[in-house]
Amino acid sequence: MARIVGGINVTHVPYIGRAIANNLQQDPYWKPFFDGFPPVHEWLAKVRPDVAVVIYNDHGLNFFLDKMPTFSVGAAPEYQNADEGWGIPTLPPYRGDQDLSWHMIESLVEEEFDIVTCQEMLVDHAFTLPLELLWPGRKSCPVRTVPVCINTVQFPLPTAARCFKFGQAIGRAIESWDSDARVVVIGTGGLSHQLDGQRAGFINKEFDLMFMEKLVSDPLWVTRYSIPDLVELTGTQGVELLMWLTTRGALLGEVARVHSNYHIPISNTASGLMVMEGV
Amino acid sequence: MNSGKQKREIPGTTMFDGDQARKGYALNKMCFSFNSAENRAEFLRDQDAYCAKYGLNAQQREAVRNLNVLQLIAAGGNTYFLAKLGGIFGLDMQDIGAQQTGMTKDEFKAKLVEAGRR
Ligand SMILES: [Fe+2]
Repeated sequence: MARIVGGINVTHVPYIGRAIANNLQQDPYWKPFFDGFPPVHEWLAKVRPDVAVVIYNDHGLNFFLDKMPTFSVGAAPEYQNADEGWGIPTLPPYRGDQDLSWHMIESLVEEEFDIVTCQEMLVDHAFTLPLELLWPGRKSCPVRTVPVCINTVQFPLPTAARCFKFGQAIGRAIESWDSDARVVVIGTGGLSHQLDGQRAGFINKEFDLMFMEKLVSDPLWVTRYSIPDLVELTGTQGVELLMWLTTRGALLGEVARVHSNYHIPISNTASGLMVMEGV
Repeated sequence: MNSGKQKREIPGTTMFDGDQARKGYALNKMCFSFNSAENRAEFLRDQDAYCAKYGLNAQQREAVRNLNVLQLIAAGGNTYFLAKLGGIFGLDMQDIGAQQTGMTKDEFKAKLVEAGRR
């Protein structure tokens, strides 16, 4: 059976794309952010994943408001990035893993998660940039991928409790896949930030740090908050922490923190990074 | 147009719910079209004609003309789609943040840095 080697949660701010394209990793503004990654690269070299299940939220590239699935799973041989409208470089395609995709789809629906399946799926910065950060400087991404998208565009959003359970179902799906593949689960987004309204620029360091701590020791802690509570506490886009929580759910059982980094600000965002593995 | 449900009020914050999604559909659909460079160019050639093609109402057209983010949100705009409109004019998230909070861009950036010190 396939094995989950661990989970990585990481911010996906679009301007990271520009920083990578312009080699700004050592620039004083970007350095505290990029310096978080070498320990993750070392960890990846050690655990050697073959496949990445990437849990992210689309920002109006693949999905429009005409059809807005709460949970969707990619089932394509390849995933294309595309122009998102504001000029960060478009990246080369990512290889899929249709066997794992369809196994996950079967298993998730069996567990009563009635996901949308996508045999064509454009992947935006929230999918591509974390992979570029985790495997930098390569012509193509060395792992096969399965995108899992959670709606954060249009309310109502799935509750934190639901996302945690969804993550657990993803974890069970991966672990029941008849394959000797090594799988890493990647959650992207957050942490606290708000782009819109008079409250734009809202950041909540205290909450973020508590969330990161609890994610390891007591992941159900955050499920006491409703989605509007989370918007109030972390900002309208801070709710992307749902991807982190889903990823934590997929790790099933107890975990230990391997590495973490937290830095304010990257663009309007409190950037976070965390590697966890099962104990 | 209102769901009639009691809504949670968070100061300075609009949750993009069903009411917003209904109100802003045409505006957001236009902004979604800006994923294509060809469409961005067409918009820039004649903004009013492009707004008309997508059926924007008077409030939405006015907000687009003013490139005023708070007005665009009031007209049903969703941040993620509005960002594509802002991108056409080279506005980044600190420009957009500064405009909405009535700060200069430098003041807005300083506020973000300050949030990291607390
Ligand atoms: Fe995002």
